[in-house]
Amino acid sequence: MIVAERKPMNEVLGMVQDAKRILVLGCRGCVTVCSAGGEREVEILASLLRLGMKKQGKEVETIEGTLVRQCDKEYIDGIDQWDGQYDAIVSMACGVGVNFISNLLPTAKVYPAVNTTFFGGSEEQGVWSEQCAGCGDCILHLTGGLCPVARCAKNLMNGPCGGSVDGKCEINPKVECIWQSIHDRLGRIDSQEMMNRIMPIRDWSTAGHGGPRKVLRDDLTI
Amino acid sequence: MSFTPDIQAFTCHYTSQQTLAEGEKGLKEDGLPGSITLNRLVCTGKLQVSTLLKAFEDGADGVYVVGCPIDQCHNVMGSQRAAKRVLAIKKALVELDVEPERIEMYHQARGFHPEFIEAGQKMDKRITELGPCPFKGESK
Ligand code: SF4
Ligand code: SF4
Repeated sequence: MIVAERKPMNEVLGMVQDAKRILVLGCRGCVTVCSAGGEREVEILASLLRLGMKKQGKEVETIEGTLVRQCDKEYIDGIDQWDGQYDAIVSMACGVGVNFISNLLPTAKVYPAVNTTFFGGSEEQGVWSEQCAGCGDCILHLTGGLCPVARCAKNLMNGPCGGSVDGKCEINPKVECIWQSIHDRLGRIDSQEMMNRIMPIRDWSTAGHGGPRKVLRDDLTI
Repeated sequence: MSFTPDIQAFTCHYTSQQTLAEGEKGLKEDGLPGSITLNRLVCTGKLQVSTLLKAFEDGADGVYVVGCPIDQCHNVMGSQRAAKRVLAIKKALVELDVEPERIEMYHQARGFHPEFIEAGQKMDKRITELGPCPFKGESK
């Protein structure tokens, strides 16, 4: 899922200083799962916005809404139900949601309430970690299913840098050296020879270095 | 300036048994400050962050929660969850530049004991010293 975290309140309050009516808009997708921007967080943020504005001597009205997804045109259209009732939208979706609202509602003022952090998984309740960087040319079949693009601090493609100590990365001793883990795992699954493979210089255009990416599926477009 | 704070206490069924037995009058006689309004819940684990924030929106100067001892909650994890939610609000208060001491969590044994009254007295003293909550838009 996409993992996000609520921005500090002073930053969010700074965005809506001139607003009198704020639509606080959550998303039932990833940000609900990672407890950053679902229905419950919308209720909390709306309350914090009202309190924060009141502290500054300003009254603000809030509308609380949560869409099925903010990354889908079909659901963004649902914002129409609040037409004329808000001066600003504070979106609790990931950056995709904020961009989508901006694309589709040309005159709406929309602000991000969360920092979109990474693609990751929940290791245990309340702990998420990055697993994939969406590079557009997946190599997990060559690395024992563990991603060096997202999980090696130096994005190395051909084995460890040599700086790891006791299986931990030299950049941060709290983080596993993913190349050590790749090495160990390839051993466990009888694929040690993969370590000897030299990966060619990569074409990073699929990773966004060639500009914004698009997926077009002829079999699905109408 | 004389200031009587509005303090909202959220207590679970077990830690506040005394309130049932003694009633409001009895608690006052025991020394529970008049600034405190008790809100009884089946379990503090049921408390949502938004409920505690609403207390501030409704004009509370201070809020506190009394739940079971951390490792002896009647509902196993209820008071631990409540403590985490209180922490989340403390963090949000700091972000809003409001004293985090305006909200507190207490863990207490069930039944009758002076600590229940003491928690109220502590909060009354603390909030009286802090003055009106900045969320009221009034200056101290
Ligand atoms: S190789 Fe690329 S697509 Fe595959 S997990 Fe890593 S970042 Fe994601
Ligand atoms: S120690 Fe391992 S994870 Fe860290 S930068 Fe070197 S190879 Fe990458």
